[in-house]
Amino acid sequence: MLLFLEQCLNGLQFGLLLFLLAAGLTLIFGIMDLVNLAHGSFYMIGAYFAATFTLLTGDFVLSAALAFAATLLVGMAVEVIAIRRLYGRNHLDHVLGTFGLILFFNELVRLIWGPAGMNVPLPAWLNTHFQVLPGVDYPTYRIAIIVVTLLVALLMYVLVMRTRIGMLIRAGASNREMVSALGVNINLLYTLLFGLGAALAGLAGLMQAPILTVQIGMGENILILAFVVIIIGGIGSIRGAFISAILVGLIDTVGRGFLPDVLALLLDPRSASAISPAMSSMLIYLLMALVLVVRPEGLFPASSR
Amino acid sequence: MRKALLVASAALLLAAGPAMAQQKTIKIGFVSTFSGPTAVIGNDMRNSFELALDHLGRKMGGLPVEVIYEDDQQKPEVGKQKTEKLIQSDKVDFITGFIWSNVLLSSLKPIVDSKTMFVIANAGASQVAGQLCSPYVLSVSWENDQTPAAIGLYMNKKGAKTAFLIGPNYAAGKDMLNGMRSTFQGKIVGEEYTKWPDQLDFSAELSKVRAANPDAVYVFYPGAAGVQFLNQYAQAGLKGKIPLYTAFTIDSLSLPRQGDLALGVPGAQEWVNDLPNEANKKFVSDFKAKHKAYPSFYGAQAYDAANLINSAVVAVKGDVSQKDAMRAEMKKASYASVRGPYKYGNNQFPIQNFYIQEAVKDADGILTLKTVETIVKDDQDKSAAKCPMK
Repeated sequence: MLLFLEQCLNGLQFGLLLFLLAAGLTLIFGIMDLVNLAHGSFYMIGAYFAATFTLLTGDFVLSAALAFAATLLVGMAVEVIAIRRLYGRNHLDHVLGTFGLILFFNELVRLIWGPAGMNVPLPAWLNTHFQVLPGVDYPTYRIAIIVVTLLVALLMYVLVMRTRIGMLIRAGASNREMVSALGVNINLLYTLLFGLGAALAGLAGLMQAPILTVQIGMGENILILAFVVIIIGGIGSIRGAFISAILVGLIDTVGRGFLPDVLALLLDPRSASAISPAMSSMLIYLLMALVLVVRPEGLFPASSR
Repeated sequence: MRKALLVASAALLLAAGPAMAQQKTIKIGFVSTFSGPTAVIGNDMRNSFELALDHLGRKMGGLPVEVIYEDDQQKPEVGKQKTEKLIQSDKVDFITGFIWSNVLLSSLKPIVDSKTMFVIANAGASQVAGQLCSPYVLSVSWENDQTPAAIGLYMNKKGAKTAFLIGPNYAAGKDMLNGMRSTFQGKIVGEEYTKWPDQLDFSAELSKVRAANPDAVYVFYPGAAGVQFLNQYAQAGLKGKIPLYTAFTIDSLSLPRQGDLALGVPGAQEWVNDLPNEANKKFVSDFKAKHKAYPSFYGAQAYDAANLINSAVVAVKGDVSQKDAMRAEMKKASYASVRGPYKYGNNQFPIQNFYIQEAVKDADGILTLKTVETIVKDDQDKSAAKCPMK
């Protein structure tokens, strides 16, 4: 039972991290109608910025804030320089263009930081563990990730539901043409939105940095999961992204944790341990397929167009 | 008339080609990974190979040496393509390198079919040591099972009664866990395979380790994943509580990034930078002077590969067409290996000692590895029995 709770905590933390990536992706896809494969590059860039600033300042929290701001600027610059040329074209052009950006960013990072990858040391007060339940020591830093992502989710809720920009974002998600017809500076909105999405991805990357190694191509694997999340959650819906991200995180982690035991009841232990890694990585795709069959628009579609 | 002249001169050129090749250079093709996250390994091998050539005066048997480095991108299909290019268009005399077992397996056939002399510098796929063994293929590394088997012996010695095994879910990962299981006498209380190479968060596995509470944990995570594993092991509060044993997880390339987390975590290897023989002292001190870092075991094997090839070329006085004579010389392992003397088995894989190593800080405060003890002497791999060569 304790193990189950601990695995749920692991899943929750992973899911919330996915939410940060998926939130930006779903907004950009839903509102700007842009398929952004390069979203994972901002995840990587956020992590590299955090690693570099930590090296320079020695303070992880300060560096995280700086890296967040820097990724926001990079995101806005990329929108102005490259992404803007892609609006109004078909999705294949988006895929090709943003895939080119992935290659560009991977090579750029290799030129600047080298191929070896970097590590981000945590400050001592975060690099410990404490008892969340009797008998369960949980890493403090993972708790910190959960707290920070929940705060960010709350801030996004306030931003989207309670502010003027949020109103435009929501309006844009429902009907883009009407928003621009009403005289809103859609260019500025798009730049801000793209920057925000990039910064959220960067935040996910920089928070993963101390757990994982900062390396080239780190954003590409997790991006696939982020796409799964927005497909399950419904494109353009932040609420959908939030709920489906947690769902995906839980299913992935808990499945990974317990599927071998379940399979061991049915099969002999050797083949169970051979099959279960493959099976557990399939679980979330099965979920996605199921959702696509039952509700093709996703669980929480932003609105009908 | 003109046409005839052209044909004649072309024929002359053709005839001149091999004649010029007689006083040629020794051509060595080196296949390794020089791009992507694991390029650090390939670069370290190249640095060590170049250092060996420097030590040889860049000549073998009096002939100049030309090395052609090819990047396999850690992909079997690319490795095969590059290998075929080296054989068919560069017409190399020797091929060496190969970090990854899967790349090695895909590239083996063109090498063996063309009877090009091949010195494996790292990959230890059990098939190549077993049923696929060939007179043209020698290894200066090991067979995959040997290193984990050595750590299993060490865990017995340390009195571990129960162990939890974690490794990546691919061919070598399974070899590395089975190798450890072949010598470990205690009970395996848990065994986890993680998705490779994209799963880098081990929280679910570490939670299970905590719940199982074994005497020891054994892992195989080469490259960056090893850094992440040590990091998360400490963050989960397991470091210092449950002893960790490793194979190919802590080496001098990953050590700078693992930092103090690697201290006191034992691993096994056939070579350690402090082995007290003259060849090794020269290699390590010159490498450190040139690259301001400790060489890795990958580098040591590449250094040995260059010297093994040199011994063959010297034995035939530069006439590399005498393949049988070269092979006979190489099988003696007569050169000064940085791991100390070793022998070759019937499958042309080394019969050698394995050492337990641990991370320590050197006099300058830099992390490095030191030999703890010799865990097994003159160890021959189990696959040798499956090799039809006698």
